[in-house]
Amino acid sequence: MTTIRIPPTLRGEANGQAQVQADGATVGELLDDLMSRFPALRDRILVADEIAPFVNVYLDSEDVRTLHGLETPVFDGSTVILLPAMAGGC
Amino acid sequence: MGVNRPAHSLLDLVGHTPLVELTRLSPTGGARIYAKLEGQNPTGSIKDRVAKAMIETAEASGELEPGRAILEPTSGNTGISLALVAKLKGYPLTCVMPESVTEERKRLLELYGAEIVFSPGAEGSNGAVRAALELAEREPRYFLPFQYGNEANPRAHYEGTGAEIVAELARVDVLVAGLGTGGTLMGTGARLRKAFPDVVVAAAEPLPGDPVMGLRSLEEGYVPPILDVSQLDRKLLVSNAEAVTALRALLDREGIFAGVSSGAVLHVARKLAEELSGGVVVCVLADAGWKYLSAPFWTEPDPERSMEASLWW
Repeated sequence: MTTIRIPPTLRGEANGQAQVQADGATVGELLDDLMSRFPALRDRILVADEIAPFVNVYLDSEDVRTLHGLETPVFDGSTVILLPAMAGGC
Repeated sequence: MGVNRPAHSLLDLVGHTPLVELTRLSPTGGARIYAKLEGQNPTGSIKDRVAKAMIETAEASGELEPGRAILEPTSGNTGISLALVAKLKGYPLTCVMPESVTEERKRLLELYGAEIVFSPGAEGSNGAVRAALELAEREPRYFLPFQYGNEANPRAHYEGTGAEIVAELARVDVLVAGLGTGGTLMGTGARLRKAFPDVVVAAAEPLPGDPVMGLRSLEEGYVPPILDVSQLDRKLLVSNAEAVTALRALLDREGIFAGVSSGAVLHVARKLAEELSGGVVVCVLADAGWKYLSAPFWTEPDPERSMEASLWW
């Protein structure tokens, strides 16, 4: 099982939950499992089967865009964090 | 810049910051870590490079002329840097910033003579960006340098930060810098890649607390136009608590008094240095600790609680 942390902006589509347990061998499979239980999340997280431009997905603190995207393998006990892309910079 | 002669202007002292080896914080058997101390710029942050480059580029192109005013969305460092450059060059400056920023930052900007327009704290940097764009649209007297979309920002790091590192080190295996506008990572990364094609360019990114993310919608998400994520080899999230732990280690063990993003950068630098059996990791420490003195996290046992409501870089 993998823990997925849901940002406040997506909790409305996830029954108000801040974190959810999901199953899958890759980041894509995990998100599929999550979205099968909360179908409204699909249109928020994915665009044309890719991670939406303003969504960042982190596996154990590392952005999966700099790993293997949705194909990134996931191991038991990992944590996935979903975040909205925000402007930083002082 | 003549090293042994007095400078003609404070603006001539921007950049050429020192690089120091972190002998106590480099992991045993891993890579050696070097830190570039951007807090030693005239106003105390790396943004002096960006502000000077954006203003001088606009002057050279004719876009910025006497009689115009400068407007920028900034939660602090860029505003303070612009305030110095604007003052010495004779332009009025207005900064749009979230009302949630630290007192030192507001105070410093006011002392430098900048005018401050506050945007709602709950909207964070995104809100400041939006408010500034609207204001510039309404009032054409404003010149908006806009660090998020200004190519002079990464170029200042290509020609400055990056070139300086290349001049001092014979090899660099990993570059770590904080991700904000993306300017430091894009510019410094590109210059290091030219000299060391296999260099790993790694971003340290803040994990914002729930209150910061608030109820903002994804549609309001923002990726700075100058940031090309495909140019980053690694991108790591750092919690406030992890950043503060590393920040305290910088001070306790190396005597370096730095700002919050520097803690996050050091956290990532140590992690990546441990993955290597040798080589060189360079981390860019964007500012010094002075502007954060009023924050309670320096001594708190659980810093996350007091930090979660603010975005720290």
